Amino acid sequence: MEAAMGLMRRIPPKHSEAALSALLSLLPHHSADLLSQVDQPLQVLCDVDSGKEFILCEYNRDADSYRSPWSNKYHPPLDDGLYPSQELRKLEMEANDVFTVYCDQYYEGGTSSVYIWENEDEDGSRTADGRRGYLEEGSWEAIHVIEVVPLDEATARYCLTSSVMLSLTTNDESSGAFNLSGSIRRQMNMDIPVDEGHLCNMGRMVEEMESKLRYSLDQVYFGKTKEMICTLRPPSELVQTSLPEQINK
Amino acid sequence: MSDEEETQPTDEQKIEIAKWFLLNAPAGEIQYIAKDMKAVLQDETLYITAAAEAFPLYNKSHMICLDFPDRSGEVMVTPFSEIGENEYLDPRTAQVAIVDHVNQVCRRARPANDEELPTPYIEEYRYALDIEVTKYVSEAYPKGICSVHCVNGKDVEEPGMDFELVVVISAARLSPQNFCNGSWRSIWNVEFKDEAQLVEVRGTLQVGAHYFEEGNVQLDAKHECKDSTMFTVILEMLYLSPEDSAHSVTTIIRHHETEYLNSLQTSYSKLPDATFKDLRRKLPVTRTLFPWHNTSQFSLRKDIQKNLGLEKKK
Repeated sequence: MEAAMGLMRRIPPKHSEAALSALLSLLPHHSADLLSQVDQPLQVLCDVDSGKEFILCEYNRDADSYRSPWSNKYHPPLDDGLYPSQELRKLEMEANDVFTVYCDQYYEGGTSSVYIWENEDEDGSRTADGRRGYLEEGSWEAIHVIEVVPLDEATARYCLTSSVMLSLTTNDESSGAFNLSGSIRRQMNMDIPVDEGHLCNMGRMVEEMESKLRYSLDQVYFGKTKEMICTLRPPSELVQTSLPEQINK
Repeated sequence: MSDEEETQPTDEQKIEIAKWFLLNAPAGEIQYIAKDMKAVLQDETLYITAAAEAFPLYNKSHMICLDFPDRSGEVMVTPFSEIGENEYLDPRTAQVAIVDHVNQVCRRARPANDEELPTPYIEEYRYALDIEVTKYVSEAYPKGICSVHCVNGKDVEEPGMDFELVVVISAARLSPQNFCNGSWRSIWNVEFKDEAQLVEVRGTLQVGAHYFEEGNVQLDAKHECKDSTMFTVILEMLYLSPEDSAHSVTTIIRHHETEYLNSLQTSYSKLPDATFKDLRRKLPVTRTLFPWHNTSQFSLRKDIQKNLGLEKKK
C-alpha cells in the first residue's frame, strides 16, 4: 500500500485518474484505502429535483450511486443507501447553504457540496466538503475532511485533512504546451469550544486551510519548479539572442 | 458499501500497467517507481517482462547519459545513437556501448566498425557542429550533455546529396533529498538540403520539473520550432564550410532555446496574477474573512441584493 502511495506521488498529476484505476485493478483488496487516500478530479452531477449541481466523491457514494446534498436522494436511485441521521442532515443542509455563499465569495462561481455522516466506530461525525472551481485553462479542486469528536460538553476536537488539486494549462503558438499541475495535502487539528456551533468552527478551519494551501501552492510549489528550470538552464542576458538574417562568407 | 468483485487483470494487462507506470516516471525517478511497482505487482516475473520493455523506451526518451566502463567518455542513449539492440554509438570516441537498460549502466564497449561511422565528408560537418554545440552547452547549461549524430545520409561522400544531423541536448538536475527533480531535453534536426541550398533546423524542447514534498506538483512543457535559414552562396560552386554552418546552426539553437526559456518564465509570472487569481481569490470582495457566525444575515442580504438587482457592496 505504501508502494502504491509512492507511485501516486511520482506519476504526473494529470494522469492520476488513470494511475488510480490501474492501482485499483492490481490491488483490489486495498480499494477502500486507495479511494479514500488518493484524490481524484471531482465530477459533478445535476440534482434532478433542485436543478443544482453537486459534487461526486467517495463521501457521498454508495455502490455506484451518489447522494445529492440538496435533495438527499441518490442518483441513480438506490433502494437501501446510507443516509445521515435527522440531526446530521439538518446540519448538512445548513452547511451546504453556508458554503455555497462562501464558495461564491472566494471563487465567484464554482460548486461546493458538504456531506456529513456518522462514523460507525467512533462517537463522532465526519464532514466532507468538496469544492470545485473551474476555469478554461485550469481547475482548482479541494476536498476537506473534518473529523469531529466531542471532548466534553463544551468543546470538540476537529481534525481537518485537506487536499487541493490544481491544474493550469496553456497551449499557444509562441510557448507551446505548458502544463503545471499538482496536488498537496495538509492536516490541521484544533480543539474549539462549540458555543458558536460546529459549522462556524469547521468553516473557519477550512477557510484558513484553503488560504494556506493557496499560498503554499503558489509560492512553494510553483516557485520550486520554476527555480528548478532556472537551475537547469540559467537565463543569461549575456548570451547574444539576436538572429542574423543572412550568413555571408 | 460493497463494490462488485473486480475481476483480476490478466498477466498481459498487468504488464501493460507496469510499463505505463515506468514510462511515466519523471526524470531520474524510474528506479523509485520500479521499486514501488515491484511491491504492487507482487510478481517478479511479470515485473521483469515489463521492465525489459519499458526501460529501453524510457532511457531513450530521457536521453540518459552513461559512462563507458573504462571512463574513456560518455555515451548518450537516444533513438539517434542506437545502432543495434542495446548498442549505442558515441561518435566522439567512435565506440559502441553495450547497455543494460534496466540497471541503466554501460556493460562494455567496443570500437565502432567503419560501416557504423559516417564518411569523412559527413564527419567533418558532424564534428564541426559537435564542437560548436558542446561549447554552447557548456556555456548555457551548468550540467548539460550533448551529442551530434548523423541520422540520414551518413554514407554521403561528397557535395551534391542531402544529409541530416541531429543535435541532442540533455540536462537533468536531480535532488531527491530535496524532493525536487527537473530535466531539459532538446532535439534539433538539421537538414542539409543540397538542391535548395537550404539548411533547415527544426527543434523540439521538452522541460519537466517535479516537486514532491508532501504533495506532487509537476511541470510538463513542450515546444516545437522551425527555422529555415537560407545560406547565400557567394560563389556559385562554393558551399558553406562545415565550421560556418556549425556556427550558424548553433546560433539558431541558442536563440530559440533562450527565447523558450523566456517564454516559460513569462508563463510562470503570469500564473499568480492571472489564472490563479481567477480560480480562487485571496480574500472575498469584502476584503475580510468570511463571517461564519453571521452567515444567515449575510446570505439574506445577498438574496435581497440579487432580487433587487443591486451591485455587491465593495
